[in-house]
Amino acid sequence: MATTMDCCEGLNPSVVSRRALLLGGASFAAWAYLPKFARAADGRDPRLVVVILRGALDGLATVAPIGDPDYAGLHGSIALSSNGPNAAVGLDNFFSLHPAMPEFARMYREKKAAVIHAVATSYRDRSHFDGQDVLESGFAGPGRVQSGWLNRALEGLPKGERVMSALAVGPTTPLVLRGAAPTVGWAPVAVPQAAEDTAMRLVELYQHRDPALASALKQGLALDKAAQGDNMKPKPGTNGVAAMRLAARGAAKLMAADDGPRIGALAFDGWDTHANEGGPVGRLAQLLGGLDGALAEFETGLGPRWRDTAIVVATEFGRTARINGTQGTDHGTGTIALLAGGAVKGGRVISDWPGLKPANLYQGRDLAPTTDLRAVMKGVLKDQFGLAEKVLAESVFPDSSAVKPMQGLVG
Amino acid sequence: MARDSQAALVALNRFGLGARGGASGDFLNAASDPRGFVKAELARPNGVLLEVPGLQSTPALGKAVFDYQFGIQQARDAAAKQLTPAPATEGQPPPDAKAQRRNLSLNSIAMEMAPKEPAKPPDNAAMAPAEAMRPSAPKPPPQPLNIIQKTFRAEALARLQRAVIADCGFTERLVVFWSNHFCISANKGGPARMWAGSFEREAIRPHVLGRFGDMLRAVEQHPAMLFFLDNQQSLGPDSRAGKNRNRGLNENLAREILELHTLGVGGGYSQEDVTSLAKIITGWTYAGRLGQLGAPGSFVFNANAHQPGAQRVMGKIYDASDVTQGEAVLADLARHPSTAKFIAAKFARHFVADDPPPALVARLVDVFTRTDGDLKALATALVDSDDAWKAPLSKMRSPYEFLVAAGRLLAQIPNDPGRYLGGLNALGQPLWAPAGPNGFPDSNAAWAAPEGVKLRLDISAQIASRLADGADPRDLLELVAADAASSETRRTIERAESRQQALALLLMSPEFQRR
Repeated sequence: MATTMDCCEGLNPSVVSRRALLLGGASFAAWAYLPKFARAADGRDPRLVVVILRGALDGLATVAPIGDPDYAGLHGSIALSSNGPNAAVGLDNFFSLHPAMPEFARMYREKKAAVIHAVATSYRDRSHFDGQDVLESGFAGPGRVQSGWLNRALEGLPKGERVMSALAVGPTTPLVLRGAAPTVGWAPVAVPQAAEDTAMRLVELYQHRDPALASALKQGLALDKAAQGDNMKPKPGTNGVAAMRLAARGAAKLMAADDGPRIGALAFDGWDTHANEGGPVGRLAQLLGGLDGALAEFETGLGPRWRDTAIVVATEFGRTARINGTQGTDHGTGTIALLAGGAVKGGRVISDWPGLKPANLYQGRDLAPTTDLRAVMKGVLKDQFGLAEKVLAESVFPDSSAVKPMQGLVG
Repeated sequence: MARDSQAALVALNRFGLGARGGASGDFLNAASDPRGFVKAELARPNGVLLEVPGLQSTPALGKAVFDYQFGIQQARDAAAKQLTPAPATEGQPPPDAKAQRRNLSLNSIAMEMAPKEPAKPPDNAAMAPAEAMRPSAPKPPPQPLNIIQKTFRAEALARLQRAVIADCGFTERLVVFWSNHFCISANKGGPARMWAGSFEREAIRPHVLGRFGDMLRAVEQHPAMLFFLDNQQSLGPDSRAGKNRNRGLNENLAREILELHTLGVGGGYSQEDVTSLAKIITGWTYAGRLGQLGAPGSFVFNANAHQPGAQRVMGKIYDASDVTQGEAVLADLARHPSTAKFIAAKFARHFVADDPPPALVARLVDVFTRTDGDLKALATALVDSDDAWKAPLSKMRSPYEFLVAAGRLLAQIPNDPGRYLGGLNALGQPLWAPAGPNGFPDSNAAWAAPEGVKLRLDISAQIASRLADGADPRDLLELVAADAASSETRRTIERAESRQQALALLLMSPEFQRR
């Protein structure tokens, strides 16, 4: 076999594996078709990336309401400050951005990034797994839903040609993009491949005996070619932060191609900062730096396509307004969503601020949500792809007609 | 005796870890008495224990890791020419551990798993291509393993060896199930990696054929779990230590006890129950390096950190303000109807099908409830159920089950865990290191996904390229499935262009992958 002499990085424990990278850092998946309007005459070729932060991002630590008199007391030793070393970056005269996100700050100044604050899904309990189900399924409550809102939105779009055939479904398509509309994925290659002849014989066997595995293997075999030859292999010592950048770089490269996907999703793990969350520096700061780097990778990698791109960053819920006994925060409710991209009408923090007085906190502990995250998602889908409100209210976000799309976020 | 080859596949693969190669006679034995083959291990409760010379207790390992990290810290401090007093905080991880956790909080597999393996001749372990096959690639000089890496690998090796030689492997499958239900992650930091194996040996194995309530208590009081879910840092806000240090609650462990370990999400608890339970288990910690509270690395109840007073959980008041307060809650949670339902459904889903037969789940709920959580009775009821035998072999083996089954078939008793650990990493199931406290997934969607299947093929090809000279793949097929093998699989193997290819195809055949 030709491959036996290759070194096998994925099986060498000193190198992070492809799958481990996905689990820890990032996974990317996208719609398998080009939208019909991608070739429309007006030259606008919109792209949408949804970034899911798993583990519940501390919105109050990322975009800090420094102007709120109760903020500093609640966030205590990890609160951001607008002066001193590692000062937070003022976004307006009330909110300041975490100093670990200079790229986002620049995009905000260029009016290509925006923040929606005090936002939440309709989920009001505090289980990560249920919270992520609600965030990604688009249903009002948790349940064993097998499809995500982004996938159902794709079903409402006119379908053009298939995207580059070398892409296949990744091992961990995020729920937000799972469903009837076919998806594709990409991940860095780390294991030498079995001989093609062996693979073909196995496909033949599966076709007779195990159609589900036949389908899985055929898709798996199609993987990696688009990214082959690229310097995409995870390197020794790659940590989650670098993994975020790496996944974003790969995703951006694929999405920049003329025959590449237009609509994709990434998931980044690790935001569950129960202890030692850190303030302007520390654990959360590192993660935010990774996210910031990922956004910058998209900007660079998409090149001229960045102009028509919108990235939405969302998380399952927020964290407690008051820090806990271990310099961290526990599961909460209200948090933030971020928008970035050339298509975003940015330079604003959009918020109906509820205040942080004890009486204003949700259940006396969490930032009270005043904006339904679905309004944000609906607004982006409507303006970016022209999806009808009826479709958004019925199939994309079922039973959500009371939640109106937020106007003017992109365009 | 009548032979039932289809039932033998169920016995070996659904309940066990696969047929062993050589002259084991596993397939024939399983075919003559499928149920007896599986249940034989249940008659040997002590057989679940893993007592291997050289493996140490949690306190002994704790002392070693604390001393090691303290030494590193001192060396760093000396290098920085800073005079920092030694950490005197009982139950707190030393500063070095905190620093590590920050860096490793996302995906630390690369850093922590990296054993920096010293160069050595290829051993007979099966699971990854031989380093020696690399054409004269210059290697960086090997670094010696540190105490944490050495311990982790010794624990992993003991577990893998047991799995590869086990008769049927049913009790080892039960160990893996419960270990995943009550998972910790070695990636949390030095102590977690150090204790990952001893946690399973001490808190899981003794109770796999015992009582759920006993396992629950052993788990929640084990230093590895207290460290993994931050409870050693949680202080009662009104406790002496909480007031002195101006620190307080961390509800991480309390929430996962309710959500993941007992009642399950939707099991009827509220945020108030989480907070109350968090208060109740304040003071559940382990003694630190200096041993002020007890032997370093042993579970202790620190009354100074315990939130005083009665608490209400799930509608019941718990008065006692000592360690028995939390133990009483755990005992009640173990008996709660939601727990019985949650456990029974998860158990049936693991062994039988993603959507298990409702009658089977109902039967397991009944047994769990009636026997007060007797896990041997639960396992017996599963094996006695006709539903569990009739359901088609639809589940995909997990990466661990797959790699161990391959090792068993090819009679590769490892003397080094490196290849298995590497294979598990590549396939997304790094040993004792799931991405979150909910453990590794247990569904076909997780393990039969396109990229996963393709990776499995790549790894099968690598295994075959090294080990196909040992046995004729046609003979191995007889050991795996005998006349239960499909004619298509048989033909595919017979017509393969080489032994290597034939073995790779056998390892990837539905008969080998499905259970």
